[in-house]
Amino acid sequence: MRVRPRTAPGLAALLLGTPLLAMTGFASGPPPRHLPAAGPPPAAGAALDDSAPAERAPVVVASKPFAESYILAEMFAQILEARGIAVRRRLGLGATAIAFAALRAGDIDVYPEYTGTGLVAILGEKPPSTGGEAFRRVSMEFRARWGVRWLPPLGFQNTTAIAVRRATADSLHLATISDLARVSRRLVGGFSPDFLGRADGLPGLEKAYGLHMGQTRALLQSVKYQALASGEVDVIDGYGTDGQIARYNLVVLRDDKHFFPPYDAAPLVSRHLAEDRPDAVAALSELGGMLDEAQMRALNRRVEVDGEDVAVVAHDALASLGLVPDTVGPPPAAAASGGPGGVGAATVPEAPSAGSLPAYLWSHRHATFRQTLRHLLLVVLSLGGGILVAVPLGLWLERVRRSAEGAIRAVGLLQTVPSIALLAFMIPILGIGVGPAVVALFLYSLYPIVRNTYSGVRDVDPVAVDAARALGMTDAQVLTRVRLPLAAPVIMAGIRTAAVIDVGTATLAAFIGAGGLGDPIVAGLALSDTNMILSGAIPAALLALVVDGTLSMAEGVVRPRGLSRGSA
Amino acid sequence: MSSPTWALEARGALKSFGPVRALDDVTLRVAVGEALALVGESGSGKTTLLRTFNRMVDLDAGEVCVQGVPVAEADPVALRRSLGYVQQEGGLLPHWSVLRNVALVPWLQGRADADSRARDALRLVGLDPDTFDSRWPRQLSGGQRQRVALARALADGPQVVLLDEPFGALDAITRGELQMAFARVVASLGVTLLLVTHDLREAFLLGRRIAVMRAGRIDQVASPEELLAKPATPYVAELLEKAGVT
Repeated sequence: MRVRPRTAPGLAALLLGTPLLAMTGFASGPPPRHLPAAGPPPAAGAALDDSAPAERAPVVVASKPFAESYILAEMFAQILEARGIAVRRRLGLGATAIAFAALRAGDIDVYPEYTGTGLVAILGEKPPSTGGEAFRRVSMEFRARWGVRWLPPLGFQNTTAIAVRRATADSLHLATISDLARVSRRLVGGFSPDFLGRADGLPGLEKAYGLHMGQTRALLQSVKYQALASGEVDVIDGYGTDGQIARYNLVVLRDDKHFFPPYDAAPLVSRHLAEDRPDAVAALSELGGMLDEAQMRALNRRVEVDGEDVAVVAHDALASLGLVPDTVGPPPAAAASGGPGGVGAATVPEAPSAGSLPAYLWSHRHATFRQTLRHLLLVVLSLGGGILVAVPLGLWLERVRRSAEGAIRAVGLLQTVPSIALLAFMIPILGIGVGPAVVALFLYSLYPIVRNTYSGVRDVDPVAVDAARALGMTDAQVLTRVRLPLAAPVIMAGIRTAAVIDVGTATLAAFIGAGGLGDPIVAGLALSDTNMILSGAIPAALLALVVDGTLSMAEGVVRPRGLSRGSA
Repeated sequence: MSSPTWALEARGALKSFGPVRALDDVTLRVAVGEALALVGESGSGKTTLLRTFNRMVDLDAGEVCVQGVPVAEADPVALRRSLGYVQQEGGLLPHWSVLRNVALVPWLQGRADADSRARDALRLVGLDPDTFDSRWPRQLSGGQRQRVALARALADGPQVVLLDEPFGALDAITRGELQMAFARVVASLGVTLLLVTHDLREAFLLGRRIAVMRAGRIDQVASPEELLAKPATPYVAELLEKAGVT
């Protein structure tokens, strides 16, 4: 993933600079809608009663899906808890677009953001020349436009880093990006999708340095380092506090023309928190200026490279800064992150996952079971809704055939909206969590079902239909006794297709805090933890097989016996 | 109101499909208990005419009556249930057993003895109900399928049966067998029959009178003997010659 904005891979590229950006509420648009159901209610009584903070709605702490964001969010959560403030975690939200939309809508209260991201990705302005300038600018604009507040920066700057293998640097004598520009035509770049497209990414870099990569590939953060280490690419973009740079013994090329602006990390808080929760704002502000780049890199390394538990690393960091008492192990609240009502918040992994996959899967079986149930819930609700809408729609279209193809194609267009963009698009309307995820999955399930229902019913043997009518069946009888039974296998095939797609797409629901098996996949990708990824991916694949198998049996049941082979 | 002595009657029937005149001022009467064969080439309008009687096709102008009642005034569903109907491909419901297919109309009419009527109808067309009742249509030969379709058309005891090329898809030997069996059955039942066919031999075999249709018009209606003796138009003569029934 690219440096600064560190949005989820692909999402930023999809959203930034597109109309969807405006749709998700970035550039301008109606004032943010507060969604009291999901966010803490701005209860007048509570605002007056500062003496009883424990009874207030918990502060919702979120992060974006990469290690540093998880660590910082966990530090936010733990310092709030240490100051007696109840917290609910919603870690690993899909990307800048999703996290910020959720913050504006009041679904979350705080997440770690970078000033440069705020300026470039959210405000759509040019990168700042100095850190201080950027912070002043975003503070003013975010407050004026959305009432959203930047708290004091944490102290470290997270600059974009262009990195190469040590062997490449040695053989080509590379120390600076200017050096790279001389030989860049011979090299292959592996960059985050958004870095490839952003003005302060590769295009800007090419202009500033006269650099031209021989070839570029869009790579996700989680695979970029392996791709570089294995020689599939020669140059990557990373970020200055990245724990992986040391791990792979990479050389960071000096930005000798100061192209990359400094990005300061800071807590970005909702209007509600800024206005009504001075206790929380004070607690978060304690972190101001406390972390430098070396410290952050060390924390990232512990999580990304050593596979340590995020909660433990965050606790150690706070303890070493003297902000919380130094106890052994993570505070209990961290382990119970999410809690019973933690609607699908991507919980931080409970234990380091070094070791064998079977052992990891076994030790996480309870979490996996919960995630599988949640996943199944998402699939059942969205698919059920899809069937209830798409089957009647398909039947109706068969009766008004002239408009059928156009209508079905329009439904098919939904399929072309990238899932993560659709999820982001839902946030201003539906917030985050299960609701918008189910709606998005529902929309994806429509096409295969409506298509198969329509063509299945349409293609029923016309002679049989004609005979049924001519012998005196009513239209309703023709539909229920002839068309539907004969089309049932085709309709079921459409439902099966939708279900299998649904199980796969539902993993992306983790990006908007809907939980499910996407949680460990997203967290594992962010934390470079293969076992964690597989603990979500394997059950998801098995679930797809089980759902498909179950529906295949259902198909056998609905298939009219007169049509099946071998029955007599 | 036309005379109830006619089982089927069309007067001045007009029907166009786009620019094509399928029925061009057709008048035809079929007496009660009569078997009339409607002969013509494909596209002559004979199937369209047949389908106006069970309101599978509605006229642009003119009038069609069944047993004296204008079909335009009848409830189409009730009308269709009162008429037997057989198509070229049989049109058996593939997901229903033979017995259920044959019991269709009695079942639609809510008859308690639908199944026993169906078994009787199967016997009538020469199929043993015990052997065939639970078979699926796809397990039948072409000839058996048409027998089942015929049984289905007869199961509720209709006064009038409409047959649209009922033997058209069969091989010659099966067709011959079935035609003979069919002739016996209808003779024993005394039902009114309208048979649409392109096969003049079949029309001679099964029709007491024959109507020759061409391009939406009826060239001649006559008994087979009369048709042979005095073809009304060169087209009728040519048709007779081609069929070799002179």
